[in-house]
Parts: sequence; structure tokens; C-alpha cells
Amino acid sequence: MSQRIPVIEKILSANDRLAQKNRALLDNNGVFAMNLMASPGAGKTSLIEKTVQALKDRLQLAVIDGDVATSLDADRAAAAGAVAVQVNTGGECHLDAVMLSQALPQIDLKTTDLLIVENVGNLICPSGFQLGTHKSILIASIPEGDDKPYKYPGMYRGVDALVINKIDLLPYVPFDMDYFRRGVEALNPGLVTFPLSCRTSEGLPAWINWVLAQTIQASGA
Amino acid sequence: MHELAVTESILEIALRHAPSREPVRIIGLYLVIGQLSSIVDDSIQFYWDIISEGTLAQGALLHFRRIPAEMSCQNCGNRYAPSEQALACPRCSSVQIQLVTGDEFYLESIEVEG
Repeated sequence: MSQRIPVIEKILSANDRLAQKNRALLDNNGVFAMNLMASPGAGKTSLIEKTVQALKDRLQLAVIDGDVATSLDADRAAAAGAVAVQVNTGGECHLDAVMLSQALPQIDLKTTDLLIVENVGNLICPSGFQLGTHKSILIASIPEGDDKPYKYPGMYRGVDALVINKIDLLPYVPFDMDYFRRGVEALNPGLVTFPLSCRTSEGLPAWINWVLAQTIQASGA
Repeated sequence: MHELAVTESILEIALRHAPSREPVRIIGLYLVIGQLSSIVDDSIQFYWDIISEGTLAQGALLHFRRIPAEMSCQNCGNRYAPSEQALACPRCSSVQIQLVTGDEFYLESIEVEG
């Protein structure tokens, strides 16, 4: 005789539970944490460099860098003035709560105000795995094309803020900003958005001010 | 995406919910996957056959129930299935919309015998 046993358990519940532990650890130490996601080449590391340079005199910053194999990105974050920890995912396409929990002890959380987690460059997988960070940020970039919200709805639906990088390239590539924004608005109405260029620094102050305000609000820095 | 990690998680949950009396075998798993969850059934099945080997759940059949995406318009109350290029409400063009179904991803039940 066979028997059906009800389960009703989210497949990624183990990850979600560990993410809650990470969050508690961050909260107990007054650390505000952001999870930066984007496709490869959108400018995650460049945005981190600019953010660290702008805020390092005001805040104690740490960066955790998820990369498939190298430490190139962590090296750039360290050079900009942050405490940087490299997490090699060994081929995995995303960071998960386990990887973050293993990286956190390498940082002096007590003295840290702002933690930036640079996820693996990918618009699909990272959106499925909570880390325990406070805000999820997506970086889109002009050369990727204006259809990305329509092609990667899962990513655009789940984020708390959107950076649109490389706006200095708008005159040179076909990118319909209205079409792009309609897609974003449909998936994530009222999403706070920062069009900017890491290369020219246009639009950067609004982003920096937002990060600073969020950090002060959350950590009391 | 990452179907190996997902399949390992499915096995862990199934084994945890199996009754502790012996002998018992898990012969079926009932999974619910929303249309917007980027999960490929075939990949899960492929990994399942390998990682379930030597466990209570070896050879268990995986049953997938797909749930289509449905949006609800906060402006006019319309319920509709979103299309790829037109996510806004097709009746009133509002973008004040909410996802009603489509992002599910859970193990609903297991079937055991013995």
C-alpha cells in the first residue's frame, strides 16, 4: 500500500533559513548589507570602486566578491580602499547563503558599517537565492539592450533598486529608454532607479547619497 | 539554472519527511513549479536518477505540476496571463500590477510504500 504524505516545503527553504541567520548576524553588528547583481560586464566592480572611493572617509566598508575563479574583482575593491574578501564559487553560477556565511567571519563586522556583496555575473540564478543582505541591487547597462526586463523578469521583479550604468553610451547604441522603463515599471512598480555612468561619474552622486542614507538609517553609522 | 543544488535540496526535504519506520520507500515526489521559476524539469530528472541512488528514494518518480503565471491589475481588477512583451494590464494599460501565481517552487507531497 502506498501513502501520500503532505510536505509543502519550499525547495530552497534550507538556504532561506541560513539567509535569516546571516541577516541576524549583520543586524547584531550594525552592518548594512547590499547584494549587487548584474550580467557580466555591466559594471558591478566599477560601481563598487566608485562607491568605496566616495564613502571610505565616512564609512567603514567591506566587500565580498563572488567570482567563479579569480580574485581580480576583490583586488580592485581592495585597491579602492575597502576590506575585500574573495569567494570563489568553484563554477557555481550564483552566491548562496552558505557561501556568505563562510565569508562573513573573515570580516570584522563590529567595525563595519557597509557591506557590499558582489554576486556572480548572471541575470537568472542569483535572484533565486536569498543571502540575508538588506537590499538587492540590480545593475543594468546600456549596451546590454533595452529588452532585458522582458527577458529576465525574475531578476527585475525581486530587486529594491536599479542602477542603469553606462548612460554615456546612449548616443551610440540603440537603446529605447521608455521601452526599458515600461518593462521595469510593469515588473517592479515604483522601483528606485539611478541612471549613471561610472566612467564619467554623471549621475553618481544620487546613488552615493542613497547608499549613504540607507547605511546611516540601518546601521546608525 | 543550478539544477544540481536544487535536486539535492529536493532529496534532502523528501528524506526528512519520510516516516522513520522501516522498511519504507519513497516511490513518488510531487513538485509544484511556477512558470516564472526558471527550472528545467529534464535537468532535475537527470540529476535525480544519479543523486537518489542508494537512498530511500532511489528510483522514485518525479511528478511536476506547472502553474501558469497570472497577474492582477491593482487599477481595474483585471486578472490576466502576462505575455513576454506586454506585462502591463491589457484592459487599462496600468502597470500597477501584482503577480498572483507563477513563482511557486515547492515539494507538495511524497508518496511512500512499505
